Parts: sequence; C-alpha cells; structure tokens
Amino acid sequence: MNQKSQRRRSATRGLLLLLIAGLLSVLGVGGLASPAFAAECTPDASTGCVQGVIKLSSGDPAAGLAVSLDGASESQQTETDANGQWAFSVTEAGTYTVAVDEASLPEGEFLRSAAARDVDVQLNNQASALFPLTDDPDAVQAPAADDDAQQAESSQSSASSFSWSRFWQQFVSGIRMGLLISLASLGLSLVFGTTGLSNFAQGEMVTMGGLLAALFAGLTGNLWLAGLLAVLASAGFGWAQDKVLWKPLRKRRLSLMQLMIVSIGLSITLQYAFQFFFGSGVVRIDRSTAETITIAGVTLTVQSYIAMGVSLLAIIAVGLGLMYTRFGRATRAISDNPALARASGIDVDRVINIVWIVSGGLAGLAGVFFGLVFNGLNWFTGGTMLLMFFAAVTLGGLGTAFGAFVGSMIIGMMVELTNIWLPGDLKYATALLLLILILLVRPQGIFGRKERIG
Amino acid sequence: MNFWIDLLQSILQTALSPTTAAFVLAAIGLNVHFGFTGLMNMGQAGFMLIGAYGFGVSVSFFGLGFWPALGIAIAAALVFALILGIPTLKLRGDYLAIVTISAAEIIRMTVKLAVLQDVTGGPSGIPGQQYRPVFTELSPLPEGRTTILGLEYANTGVDDWWTRLFAWGLVAFFLLITWLLMRSPWGRVLKGIREDEDAVRSLGKSAYAYKMQALMLGGVMGAFGGIVMALPAAMQPDSMGRPTTFNLWMIMLLGGAATIFGPLLGSILFFVVRLLLTSLAGEFIPGSLLSSQQTEQLAWVLIGISLILLVVFRPQGILGNKKELSFNV
Repeated sequence: MNQKSQRRRSATRGLLLLLIAGLLSVLGVGGLASPAFAAECTPDASTGCVQGVIKLSSGDPAAGLAVSLDGASESQQTETDANGQWAFSVTEAGTYTVAVDEASLPEGEFLRSAAARDVDVQLNNQASALFPLTDDPDAVQAPAADDDAQQAESSQSSASSFSWSRFWQQFVSGIRMGLLISLASLGLSLVFGTTGLSNFAQGEMVTMGGLLAALFAGLTGNLWLAGLLAVLASAGFGWAQDKVLWKPLRKRRLSLMQLMIVSIGLSITLQYAFQFFFGSGVVRIDRSTAETITIAGVTLTVQSYIAMGVSLLAIIAVGLGLMYTRFGRATRAISDNPALARASGIDVDRVINIVWIVSGGLAGLAGVFFGLVFNGLNWFTGGTMLLMFFAAVTLGGLGTAFGAFVGSMIIGMMVELTNIWLPGDLKYATALLLLILILLVRPQGIFGRKERIG
Repeated sequence: MNFWIDLLQSILQTALSPTTAAFVLAAIGLNVHFGFTGLMNMGQAGFMLIGAYGFGVSVSFFGLGFWPALGIAIAAALVFALILGIPTLKLRGDYLAIVTISAAEIIRMTVKLAVLQDVTGGPSGIPGQQYRPVFTELSPLPEGRTTILGLEYANTGVDDWWTRLFAWGLVAFFLLITWLLMRSPWGRVLKGIREDEDAVRSLGKSAYAYKMQALMLGGVMGAFGGIVMALPAAMQPDSMGRPTTFNLWMIMLLGGAATIFGPLLGSILFFVVRLLLTSLAGEFIPGSLLSSQQTEQLAWVLIGISLILLVVFRPQGILGNKKELSFNV
C-alpha cells in the first residue's frame, strides 16, 4: 500500500478524533470547589499571620468568600481560595478584627455565629479565626465570644457520621472525580507510552485549560464557546510544546531522567507565569451561582452532570480511536516497541506529535471541568492534582490507556469515599497510600505487563 | 553606592544563612541518591519533614533532650527510606520517583492534619521556641553579640552564630563523609550500580542492598537538612513541600551531580542569584511596572527556564564531568 496515503489517512483520523473531542468539550460547561492552596502566610520575625478555613455546611471548602481584616494601622481584604483557606500577614502585633462579608456567602448558607471576630496576633506566630457555616437559618446562634473551639469540634464529628445516603452521594462524587482525573491521566499515559516521559508539567496543562476558559468566558460571555476555545488552545499548546521543546530534545537523545527534569522546569515556569498573569487568588469561570439537581438521591450541580457526561464521551472517543483507527494502532505499536514501529514504516514523530495534541486537549478539558465543577481554580490546581494523575497511571499500569482509566476511577472513588470516615484534609493522602500499597503487591500496576519492570 | 554595599552584605548574609546550609545538606543527600547511585528520589523534602518533625515533636511533645530527639529523627528517616525502598528499588527508576513524591506529600498532609494539632501543631506547625532551647543550651559560646566581616549576630539565640556554626559544621562533616565513602570500595559499587546494575550483580554484589543503603544514607542527610532548616525558624509543613524538592534538584544539577562540592556551590549560587535578581529588579525597575510580588514571580519563571536550559545544555552542572552522567535510569 502507498505509504503516503496511509499517512494522510491516519492524519485525517487523528484530526477527526480531535474534532470530536473538541466538539464534545463544547457541550460541556458547568461549576465545583477546587483543591489547591494559595492562601499562605509564613510567620517570621517581622510577620504575624491570621488565617483560617471556611467550609460550607456540606463540608466542602467555601471558595471566593470576601474576608477583611482591620486593626492597628492596617486594613486588608482577601478572598478564600479553592480550599476555603484565607490568610493575612501583618507586620505589627496587636488585636485585629477579621470579618466575613455576609453578602459573599453562597445562597442558602448562613454564618452560625458572628460575622466578625477579634484576634490577637503576635509576630513570628499564627492566629486563626473560625467562621462555621450552616444551611439551616434556625441554627444561627446569637453571637457568642468563646464558642469557636466547641464549634470546630462539633463540625468535625458531624463529618465522620456514616449514612448510606451520604455514601451514595460520595460514591457519585467519586465517579465525577474519577472521570475528571482520567481525562488528564489518559493524556499522561499516552505520552508516557509513546515517549517514556513522565510529564510533570501535565498538571499545568490542566490549570492552563481552566484559566483560559475563565479568560475566554470573560471575553465572550458564553461558557460553551469559552470551553471550546480553551480546549482548542490547550491542544494547540500540546502541539507547540512537542514541536518547540520535546521533539528537538528527542533528537538530542536526552535521557529520560533529563527529560523528566525538563518537564519539572517547565512546570515551575508555567506555574509562576500563571501567577504573574492571573494572580494567586481563585479564578472563577462561571460567576453565577450554580443550580443543583437531585437525581436518585444525589445532589450535584448541573455543571457536574454535564462534565461527567462530556468526560465520559471524550474518554470513549479516545478509547475507540486507539482501538480502531490507524492512528490508534500506530500509537499502540509505538508504545509496544518504538524501534520496531519505526522500522515498519510508522512516522513515529508525527504520531507522537498527535499524541501531544490529544494529551493537551484532554488536559485542557479536564481543567475547564475542574474550574466549573469546583467553582474556581487557581495557579496551583493542576499541581495539586498532578499526583492523583500519576497515582492513577501507575496504579493502572504505566503506559496502558485502559489501565489509566481504571486507575483514575479507583483513585477518584478513593479520594471521595475516604472523606466519609477520615478528615477531609487526608483525602489525597489515602489515594497515594493506596498506590504505594498496590505497588508492594503488584509492582507493574493492575493492567501493566511484567516486562515493563526493572 | 550605599545600595551596592548593602547588596554585598546581604549576599554574604544569604550565603552564610542556616537555610542555605540546610539546602546544602539535603542536596548532598540527594546527590548520594541520584548523582552517585542513580536513584530518582523526587521526595527529598519528605525526608526533611521527617527529620524536622521527628526532632521537633520529640522535644516539644515528648519532652526529650537534644540527643535522644536527634536519634529519633535519624531513626525515622531510616525507617522512611526502608518503607520507600522495599517496594520500589527492584523496579524501574521512575517508580521510585513517583512513590517518593507521593510519600513526601503523604507526610506533608499528615503533619498538617488538624486532628494532630496537639502533636504537630497542625497547619500552623510548631513555633521555634518549643524545641530550640534544647539546642541553644548546648552552645559553648559566651553571651553577647559578635561581628565578623560586617555581619553581626547574637552568639546564641534565634538568629545566631551558634546555629550557623552547627549548620556549617554538619555540612563540612557530611561533605567529608561523602568524599571518604565515594572513594571507598562501597562508593565504587554504588557508581557501578549507576552505570550498569547487571554488571554489578554478575560480580555477586546485591545491587538491591547497596541501593537501599544509599537511600538510607542520603535520607539521613536530608533529615539533618530539615532539622537545620527548622532550628532558626519554626516548623512549617508547607516550607518543605514539593517546591523544596524541585529546588534541591536545581541546586544539585547546578553545582554538578556526582561531585563532592556541587551541592555546596549550587546552594550558595541558587540563593545568591535569586537575591541578586530580586534586589536589582527592586532597585532599578519602578514599582509601577513590576510590584515586588511580580518580581518574585518573574524570578521563579527564570528559575524554571534556567533549570530547563541547564539540563539541556550543561547536564553535568558547573563542576561535573559529562562522562559520569551519561547513565539512564
């Protein structure tokens, strides 16, 4: 058969695949709270910190609340980040008043006690103030001074009570998280399979998708269009990354370790570039309050349902593409044995280039959905999730696309379900612990083959 | 003119600061892992956290003295290395990278837990005055302040000569240890493993055991780095997170992996160049154009780019030998 026509056909298929992924992404728009840390303050000899975390009555972090600080000679304003954290740094010890702007609370949430608290701040030390929220207007207490500690305790114990309805809700959230993770980890796995590179900058590709969607949403005012543009831009970024950076480096025959460190450098560069352009606060794609729908006892935002549907379609499209198209077969051939693939006439560089485009597009789509489902994201959102992507890919078996999907679903479930029994700040840790435990028993991952070891 | 004198002074201050020494210590450990043995440890900050909290919690919560606390910190680092090494050292290199980075994050999330507020201080960490006294009371220096080369610090206290002496003493000690070990038969086996593991195995050496020993040794050095970092300041979970690991890699590669003095040179350069960048930008670029925060962010962007350029164009670093680093993990 004619080589050229073969090549052209696989290119058309690849483009078609992209187009499908792009179109799917247009269908998806929505709002959730994202894991990340931005609100930070480190006390030293000339700085004192005031900080705290605000959680919604559901236990999810409350992002984007306006918090203000007044006292001594300072007056500051901030917003809670995607983890619900807020922090102020002050340069003078003294008593400060911290207040939450009640107007910035989401609908249906009330402050359980006073909206403002006095805090004693010392230099080289940290102080905190709690603002418990409730969804029951009757539970709002008269402002009391010294009940902070008690409330913190009660809110913690309520988080650990088990019920089947709660389990079911968390289970569906787990599926949602798993689907979002698998978007990004599919790309990571494809790149790893074809080039051997563990791409530490994959998280930043996710962040970029979300931030661009926010930018485009502001420019165009249409979420669907913004999402599509963000995914296309992310795919373009994947293409450019390969052309400008990775392909020349492959030509120079850098070792895998060196490539990995280059990706770390890229990740640092991108993170701080995001901070430079978008600031370190929470960026929201959709500023309106998301509507929720209850299906079969599970309450999620409309955006969540759309995100789950579109993610699933995109994943299926990539899966079918890998199985049945010429390009997909070429990708799998390269994953199996690059030298043999090259010898049998596959244009390895072109396939890898398309893999980068798909990887970028999927990561961008994941970023858009992270931003929508968790109601905002910041410069470090992808960085926080990066380890989840790695855990998913390693768990499923390095370099197997199907394994990446299964691994992602397990990790997603793990993250959301452990939330029922363990404190919320441990949810990512348990997923990583599971990874280490499984590697102890089955080092090649669930679907990996033995020959990939050692 | 004043600006330049001040700048020189702060360069000297930065080069001598305990934080710089802490990064040297952790980078020496990382160099034992990666430079000499070829292990991709992406969680050196986890070892630092283990060391720092092992020490700090022993003193502030269990009320132990300096030496027992130090012993616990070292033991904790050894156990941590063992836990990481058992599942991964038989696998390909990137497994170790992913497992170490995950484990380091687990440690960070665990010490940050609000439930452990009484033990580790939760997200706010342990203030220095809770564990520093056991260290300062060992000080042989007399009371008062001393000025050397225009740098004035208290002899013993929070920002003091005693901590600097201890920190740089440890650096000298570990540099010597590394130098002695790497020219010993043991070190030659490590380098052999880095170049060709199968060859070493065919000579009847257990590559697994040697890698494990190297992982433990470098981990203990990392733990000392964590202790030194926490001594003059406070124990902060987020001060030893993933960015710290990445900076350590930068430091090691800058100075030169698989060299003895690479980590020392790398660390001093890393901190001094960052200081130069931000203070020059602060002095000569008007605040309306770039706020100090943005200068900081730009400095980080430059760090990221220089890491890429360094690995691409001079992977052996300043002091390194290219032939020594042509291995693949």
